Amino acid sequence: MRIAVITFPGSNCDHDCYRALKLTDGVTPEFRWHRDTDLGGVDAVLLPGGFSYGDYLRAGAIARLSPIMEAVVDFARDGGPVVGICNGFQVLCESGLLPGALLRNESLRFQSYPVHIRVETTSTPFTSHYRKGQVLRIPIAHGEGNYHAPPEVLAELEGDDRIVFRYSTGDGSLAPEANPNGSAHHIAGIVNEARNVLGMMPHPERAVEELLGSTDGRGLFQSLVHHLSAGATP
Amino acid sequence: MSRFNVEVRVTPRPGLLDPQGKAVQHALDSLGYAGVESVRVGKLLALELEADDSAAARAMAEEMCRKLLANPVTEDFRIQVAEVDVVEAE
Repeated sequence: MRIAVITFPGSNCDHDCYRALKLTDGVTPEFRWHRDTDLGGVDAVLLPGGFSYGDYLRAGAIARLSPIMEAVVDFARDGGPVVGICNGFQVLCESGLLPGALLRNESLRFQSYPVHIRVETTSTPFTSHYRKGQVLRIPIAHGEGNYHAPPEVLAELEGDDRIVFRYSTGDGSLAPEANPNGSAHHIAGIVNEARNVLGMMPHPERAVEELLGSTDGRGLFQSLVHHLSAGATP
Repeated sequence: MSRFNVEVRVTPRPGLLDPQGKAVQHALDSLGYAGVESVRVGKLLALELEADDSAAARAMAEEMCRKLLANPVTEDFRIQVAEVDVVEAE
């Protein structure tokens, strides 16, 4: 199956995403440029991390007006699987595909190190290869990853099982010191109501080879392939 | 059509944690300004635009804020409109 990686000016994880997809059995990755207007019939879309448009105005605010984003929004509204990682998550929030916003880290520092995240739900196209409660070791690298949403939205995310990953300790408990950016409810990743759009701050594409120190990110890409090849309605 | 200077002030919503403002407050405190009770950091966008009148200029700026300049989840905005005086050449 074919999965598109979107490159915006300032994206810097697009090649990492491409490689992670290439290492996943059954996937042919393809790049799409921000000026493209057509996804070209791909089966899924990945919005990579980086600093699209220099993070000007707000992270993701300008990228969401790119020509390609119109196609991505249509694709997502039709049920196509879309994953936004780090800056990609910010773009998804700005484009209205996911609720909430990502604020400056509480510490005011750019945080770049491996963290632990707990898998909160396996009923998404992106997490079926994990176990509920499984703790993954995956790197973060962001200055604005502090997830914020109004209380009623947080309640909805909780109630509808839409929180996909939470920052935790290595043994899976939600200690405040395991929250690297001050995110509400320890949120590291969420899905939309239809469950086909995932946004997450940690970088699974940086955890797909032993050499990188962890292979815990592989399951996400394998889950997606499984979902697509099972012919499940996206 | 007239020319207008439009200033858009975008600020973090009240009650929302503003770590940048907090850091500035701490810095002011360390300079000896102990009485500063709160600092909020926002941004100012200065626009020059043409519109029929000041109400139209404001309406345009409001639309821009809703579509792009401010994030409704986290930010409030305030708009000030001033007509640019055009000096007629004699």
